[in-house]
Amino acid sequence: MDETRYEAVIGLEVHAELKTASKIFCSCRTDFGAPPNTQCCPVCMGLPGALPTLNRRAMELAILAGLALDGEIAEKMRFDRKQYAYPDLPKAYQISQDKYPLCRNGRLRIRTEEGEREIRILRLHVEEDAGKLIHTEAGTLVDHNRSGIGLIEIVSAPELHTPEEVSAYLRALRGVLQAVGASDCRMQEGSMRCDVNLSLRKRGEDTLGVRTEIKNLNSFSFAEKAVRYEIERQTALLLAGERIESETRRYNEATGRTDLMRRKESSEDYRFLPEVNLPVLHLLPEELDRLRKTLPELPQEREARMSKTYGISPNDAAFLAADPELSAYFEAAAKQTSYPVRLCNLLLCELLRHCPSDPFSSPVRAERFAELTELLGEGSINGTTAKTLLARMLHEDLSPRLCAEEEGLLQIRDPKALTEMAEAVLRENARAVRDYRSGKTAALRALQGRLMAKSGGRADPVLGERLLLSLLSASPSEE
Amino acid sequence: MQKLLFRSIREHAAAFSGGEYTSEELTRAFLRQIETVDGRVGAYLTVDAEGALLAAREADERRRRGESLGPLDGIPYAVKDNFCTKDLRTTCASRMLESYCPPYDAEAVCRLRRAGAVLLGKVNLDEFAMGSSTEHSALGRTRNPYGEDRVAGGSSGGSAAAVAAGECVFSLGTDTGGSIRQPAAFCGVMGLKPTYGAISRYGVIALASSLDCVGVFSRLAEDGETVLSALVGRDEKDMTTLDVPPSPIPDRPLRVAVVTDFLQEGMVSDDVRACLLAAVSLLRESGLAIGEVTLPEPSMALAAYSVLTSAEAASELGRYDGVRYGLSRAADTLERLYAESRGEGFGREVKRRLLFGTYALTGENRETLYDRARRVRLAVKRAMEEILSSYDLILSPATPTSAFLANARRTPAEMYRSDLCTVYANLAGLPSLAIPVGVDREGLPLALQLTGAAFSEPLLYRASALLEGKHHGRDEI
Repeated sequence: MDETRYEAVIGLEVHAELKTASKIFCSCRTDFGAPPNTQCCPVCMGLPGALPTLNRRAMELAILAGLALDGEIAEKMRFDRKQYAYPDLPKAYQISQDKYPLCRNGRLRIRTEEGEREIRILRLHVEEDAGKLIHTEAGTLVDHNRSGIGLIEIVSAPELHTPEEVSAYLRALRGVLQAVGASDCRMQEGSMRCDVNLSLRKRGEDTLGVRTEIKNLNSFSFAEKAVRYEIERQTALLLAGERIESETRRYNEATGRTDLMRRKESSEDYRFLPEVNLPVLHLLPEELDRLRKTLPELPQEREARMSKTYGISPNDAAFLAADPELSAYFEAAAKQTSYPVRLCNLLLCELLRHCPSDPFSSPVRAERFAELTELLGEGSINGTTAKTLLARMLHEDLSPRLCAEEEGLLQIRDPKALTEMAEAVLRENARAVRDYRSGKTAALRALQGRLMAKSGGRADPVLGERLLLSLLSASPSEE
Repeated sequence: MQKLLFRSIREHAAAFSGGEYTSEELTRAFLRQIETVDGRVGAYLTVDAEGALLAAREADERRRRGESLGPLDGIPYAVKDNFCTKDLRTTCASRMLESYCPPYDAEAVCRLRRAGAVLLGKVNLDEFAMGSSTEHSALGRTRNPYGEDRVAGGSSGGSAAAVAAGECVFSLGTDTGGSIRQPAAFCGVMGLKPTYGAISRYGVIALASSLDCVGVFSRLAEDGETVLSALVGRDEKDMTTLDVPPSPIPDRPLRVAVVTDFLQEGMVSDDVRACLLAAVSLLRESGLAIGEVTLPEPSMALAAYSVLTSAEAASELGRYDGVRYGLSRAADTLERLYAESRGEGFGREVKRRLLFGTYALTGENRETLYDRARRVRLAVKRAMEEILSSYDLILSPATPTSAFLANARRTPAEMYRSDLCTVYANLAGLPSLAIPVGVDREGLPLALQLTGAAFSEPLLYRASALLEGKHHGRDEI
């Protein structure tokens, strides 16, 4: 079997809810988690006679998103009705933009371990969300709180190839949308969702294979897993000489597989027609300029600045910059320590594991975390102690410096005290000493461990190693 | 009694102020009239006697306190049953919505309430406003007050018949391709289709949003103007509405274009043709400049109209699926729920148009039918504006014949000529007024139509005086 002869071609359609207080075509609120059907009105329920009115702020946010993705913002925008019947769609059409989308030809830079790439954004358009179906034993219920919440749909070119790239794209996109305040992008609340279009082709070929669509992925990790599974599934089919069917699939979180939802017999006909109840919009150049001037620092710019200011690696800077909350936390802490690189490592390798990520928030205040970094950087504590202290700081708001002092956790860096301990270690481990001296240098690690244990984990590891080495190289006859 | 019911708004208001009678007494008089004649006319689908009397007493109370809301305060009226009225059944004359009560009022109804007008009830129409005789109502038959064997026209047949039969002072209707002007013509009352965007459509159940207009039925031009001024103006709930001051009435002799297509042999009945010719000489005698024009795109305009309304209607009516409101038939699958609810809820004419509308947007038809129809509409709009850059008014018949017989089998050509009179104003979004000018040899009303530039409604009403009166036998009802 030769799996590597196939290459996946992946395009993403991402829906993100616009961060407006009210819905896009009526004044109903958009609060997440309200009791079912308490945030709806004749307009978003599609009652007879109700008409949509456009939320200006929603359009501004969508334009900001388009600008941040370096897209061409249309001068003329029109809304269309996308018609299909489903119980979560109260008008039997979704107001969307078909022919005149808000933005075309954007791009998004992504970074994976393979390096950096630019993915083209084919279009970004504005539309309304549908309601939510809730399946119960008594039957299916519809919650219209979500009906009519403003969405942007961002369609990438089919230029992604791996699960890692899919995840990197989603992360980068979320960073941009959050930075301009267009969307919260809270995937677990459904405010950012992703559809994946995926096909395989032989490497080196240009033609596209038959694709499947995986609908409604609501976390980065599910997206990555679903893509990985779907690549495996399609590869296995092709290697077995079978054909890929054009179909819509759904990711099953329990099994980690994608399941068939429906076959696409022919392409769906949405019978688009203009939404004549909304005016055709003409965007004035001065309005566009005004919005452009309000653009905040974008992740890409932030990444470059942070890498330069703090001396952290481009990869780390990219990771931090993609998340406005995370980068704000980093910068708040970095201002209070002279060791930003250590801060970054400690944040990404240790603290992050304990923090909710969507959105990022830290149980440890930035100044406390900076204090911990400072202790580590100046050598007052070693890495092991840092981890111990951090574990406690997650649960109580304590000063790591005071704590380390009071509890005697500060690193032992006094050469005299350490020499005494090292000598004792050598005395008590004569066999290891012999091994080392007869050329088994690996024995040093055992001795280091003993020294660390003897010091209660507090020995300065660098100084300790230096002392051990110097004692070991001294003449054995002296004993 | 008849005299009281046929008085003008101004006369009623003066009677209220002079203590001659109260709004409550007037409202009771109309309710009695409805009780007496509506069994024969069949204009009303729902009469809200209790609500009307309550509103009338409030109007009287305001007047006693010197807080009258203006000329419409206490004046009884009716609305077509495709205007949403809060907690008052709104059916669109369809089985689908037979017991549907909206949770809100249409903006036009709100504005009239704020002006103090008294809502008597809801009047009949062709189902979902699809038709031109009100015979496509699933909920009742409306007869022409001038002849029980005649239709009242449609789709706003109930609105026209109610005003003609003295069952309300004025009424509201909707006009998508002639649905106000044609029944007004058949029933011998004034019917105004205003400029598109002049009156909010919020809460009016759509047939075709890009063409639908809310308009007014009245016995007199001055009544129509009074009602219109309470309704017009920007409504933030309907983004297609505009605040445009009505265009001033020119103080030079008006220039009138006569549409000569209708003078050709066989286009309209002899009586209608005679009416038109008489009007032309009358206007000429009054010193007006008369010119001749022909209809733009006559072969395409009606087809375009038909495609656009059907396509939009199919879209608007998609929401009646038996899930949230309206007629619903329990079924074991979603498809069957849709099919059975819609199959039972909609009448034949509605289904026919939904099928055609869906067809017109499916696959390649969208380009060959729908997109083309939009281009034709644009061409018609430009041509009409071109005509109105040289003329103040366009004069044509409102209908090619007087009211036809109920259950008549009308030939496609007859229906074609009928729509030809009215759809131009809708395609171009222009205001157009049907003006009763007399009766034919059978005693049935005849009407002419004036169409003007956008927001020239006051001119249309003023100009109607030139045609009205001299021919008009209104008090012969």
